Amino acid sequence: MRVQLFVTCIVDQLRPSVGEATVEILERCGCTVEFDERQTCCGQPAFNSGHHKEAKAVAGRTIDLLSEWLDQGGDAIVCPSGSCSAMIAHSAELLADDPLQKQRAQKVAASTWELTQFLVDVMKIDDLESSWTGRVTFHDACHGLRDLGIGDQPRRLLENVKGLEVKECASCDRCCGFGGTFSVNYPLISGAMADDKIEEIDATGVDAVVSGDVSCLMQIEGRLKATNSPVKTLHIAQLLAKQDEPS
Amino acid sequence: MNTIHNIRSSHFKSDASEAIANVELRGALARAQEKSNTKRDGAIQRIAGDWESMREQARTIKAWTLENLGEQLELFERNAVRNGIQVHWARDAESACNLIHEICADAGARSVIKSKSMVTEEIGLNHVLEAAGMEVVESDLGEWIVQIAGETPSHIVAPAIHHTRESIHRLFEKTLGRSIPNDAESMTMVARDVLRKAFLRADVGITGVNYLVAETGSFLVLENEGNQRLTTSLPKVHIAVSGIEKIVPRLADLDLFLRMIGRSGTGQVVTTYQNLFCGPRRSPDEDGPRDMHMVLVDNGRTGLLASESRRQTLQCIRCGACLNICPVYRQIGGHAYGSVYPGPIGSIFTPQVAGLHEASQLPFASSLCGACKDVCPVKIDIPGVLLDLRQEITEHGEGQRDQDTELKIRRESPAFRRWSSVMQSPGRYRMGGVLVRALAHIASHTSVFDRFIPPLAAWRTTRSVPRPEGGSFRARWRRRTGGKR
Repeated sequence: MRVQLFVTCIVDQLRPSVGEATVEILERCGCTVEFDERQTCCGQPAFNSGHHKEAKAVAGRTIDLLSEWLDQGGDAIVCPSGSCSAMIAHSAELLADDPLQKQRAQKVAASTWELTQFLVDVMKIDDLESSWTGRVTFHDACHGLRDLGIGDQPRRLLENVKGLEVKECASCDRCCGFGGTFSVNYPLISGAMADDKIEEIDATGVDAVVSGDVSCLMQIEGRLKATNSPVKTLHIAQLLAKQDEPS
Repeated sequence: MNTIHNIRSSHFKSDASEAIANVELRGALARAQEKSNTKRDGAIQRIAGDWESMREQARTIKAWTLENLGEQLELFERNAVRNGIQVHWARDAESACNLIHEICADAGARSVIKSKSMVTEEIGLNHVLEAAGMEVVESDLGEWIVQIAGETPSHIVAPAIHHTRESIHRLFEKTLGRSIPNDAESMTMVARDVLRKAFLRADVGITGVNYLVAETGSFLVLENEGNQRLTTSLPKVHIAVSGIEKIVPRLADLDLFLRMIGRSGTGQVVTTYQNLFCGPRRSPDEDGPRDMHMVLVDNGRTGLLASESRRQTLQCIRCGACLNICPVYRQIGGHAYGSVYPGPIGSIFTPQVAGLHEASQLPFASSLCGACKDVCPVKIDIPGVLLDLRQEITEHGEGQRDQDTELKIRRESPAFRRWSSVMQSPGRYRMGGVLVRALAHIASHTSVFDRFIPPLAAWRTTRSVPRPEGGSFRARWRRRTGGKR
C-alpha cells in the first residue's frame, strides 16, 4: 500500500520524532511511505479563527497537492493527528465555492486517515509487536474523538503493547484547554482547563500521558512542567514505535 | 430594540479572569457538573428506546417547525384564542415588558409572583414591574436565592449553581435578619414560609413556557418544586411568556420531548410536575385564573431564521446539558459570560440576538472541543455555529466588535496574512520553520522575547514553553532517503 504521510506543520517543526515514529510503524505494517516535501499546513489555525480567506488559500493548496498524489496512484494519506485529519475532512465545506476544488477535497477526505484509525480500521492491525515498560493514561483529543470517532482504536493498540499498563482517567475525554488560538486568547481559562486535566493524571500515578495529537500534548506538557510534575507526555506513535532490541 | 437585560458580555475577558481566581466557585461548578453528568448518563441508559434516534427525531421536529414558524405560530394563536387565552405579540424586549406591565396594571396588581422563566430574565421584566411600584417575587428556590442576592442566574436550569450551602446560609441570615440552622432542610423550610405568604398576596402569576402546542393552542410548562402550580392557580391572572421558537406542531410531540428534556437537563427520567395549560377557568370548573395571557416574544429571533446554518440556534429547548458538559463553563461559571444565557448555547444565542457589538468575544471563548454538540438533545451543531460567527466577526464585523475583540483581530489579521503566504510556499515555509524553531528554543529557556510576542507571553502565563526537538521532520526525511527530494 502506497501511503502519503501528511506530517502536519507542528510535528514537522517541533516534534519531528513523531513523524519518524509514524513512518517506522507504517513500514512495519508493510506500507510504502512517501512524503511530499511541498506539504505545509492543513489550514486549521486560520479556519478556526475566522480568517477564511487565508484558510481557503492554504487548505486549497494542501488539497490540490494531496489530490494530485492520489491521481498518480497513491492509496492512502495518513496523519499523526486527529485534529488535522478532521480539518481535511471538513475542507470540502470550506472550499465549496469552487466546485472542482470541493470535489478534490471530498476525494482527499475519503482517503485520509488518522494514524490509529488507519492501522486498526484499514490495515486491520491492532498488535504492532511494540514494547514499552511503564504505566500510562490516554487522553482523547477532541477532534479525533468527536469528529472522527476515534477512541477505541488507540486503546486496542495500547492494549497489545508488551510491558504497558494503561490506567484510564474518568476525564480522559474532557478537553485539555488547547483549542488553537484560544490557548493564547484566553490563557487563564485554557490553563485552568489544563489544570483540571492534569490533577487527575497526577493522581493516577502514571509515568506518561499518551495522546494522538501533539498540540494537546504540548498544552498538557506545558502545564505539567509549570507545576513541576514528573509525568511525561508521549505521542502514541512514539510509544508504538518502540520495540525490544533484538538480543 | 432587541436586547438582553443587563448584558455585559463585552467584559468577558476580565470577568472570566475574576471567576478563574474564585476557587470556591470552581469547586462548586466542578462538583455540580460531575453530579449532573453522572445523573444524565444514568437516566439516558435507562431509557426505553434508542437515544440517538430520539435526538434525530427531536431535531427533525424542531427544524421543520422553524421552517414553518409563521404558520405554526398563527395556528397556535387561533387555537389558543379559541381556548380563551389572550394572545399578545411582542417585537422586542421593551414592548414585551410594556405589554406585561399593562396587563398587570389593568389587573390592579400590587404583587406579582413568578415561576422560573429565562425569557423574562432576557427581557428584564422584574426590573420594569418593580420600577412601576409592583412587588415581584421569584418562587423557584434557585431563582429566589438569586433574586434576594441581587444577582442574575448563572445557569439556565440551576440559577444558583454558583452558590454553596454556606453562601446561601449567609445570604438567608442577612436577608431575613435572624439566625437560621445551617442545613438544607431548615433553609428550604424558611424559604417556603416566605414564599407561601407571597403566593397568597399575589395578584398576578407569571410563568415561562417549555412547549407551545400549535394544534391544540395549549402550552406545557415543567417544574420540580410545585411552585409553578401555586403561581398559576392562586392569582386571578396568569401571564405566560414565551420565545416564539418554543413551539411544536402536535400534542403527541410532547411525548418525545418530555422523555428527553428531564434526562438532558437534570438527569431526571421526567420532571416532577408537567403542567399543561389549556385556558383560563371556565364553568363548571371554578378553579384556576380568571384570565390567561400568552405573550409571544420575538426579540431578535426572527433575524436568525434567514440563515439555514444559524437557524438551528432556535432549536434549543433550554435543557442546559451543554452548560453541564462544557469545560470552559466548568472553569468560569455563568456570570462571566455576561448574558442570562451563558455557556455554549449562550455563546451562539447572545451575539445573534443582542448583536455582535454586545457579545463579539463569546464565539471565541471556546476551545471548540465539541462536547456540547454531542450532548445536545436536538443536535444543534454549536461548534459549527461558533465557527460561522467567528468568520462573520473577523471578516465582516468591522465597527461592530467590542474593544477586546477589535484588538485581537487587529493583531492577528496581519499575522494570518503572513502565515498564509508562508504556508503557500515550501521555500518560505522552510525558512519560517528555522526562525520559529530558533525562537521556540530560546523561549523555552528565557522569557526575554515575551514582551515583543504577545501570544508567547500569554502562553507563558499558565504554561512553560515546550522545547522543540531540533531540526525538522523534512530534514530528517531527506537524510534518510539519501538527499533525494
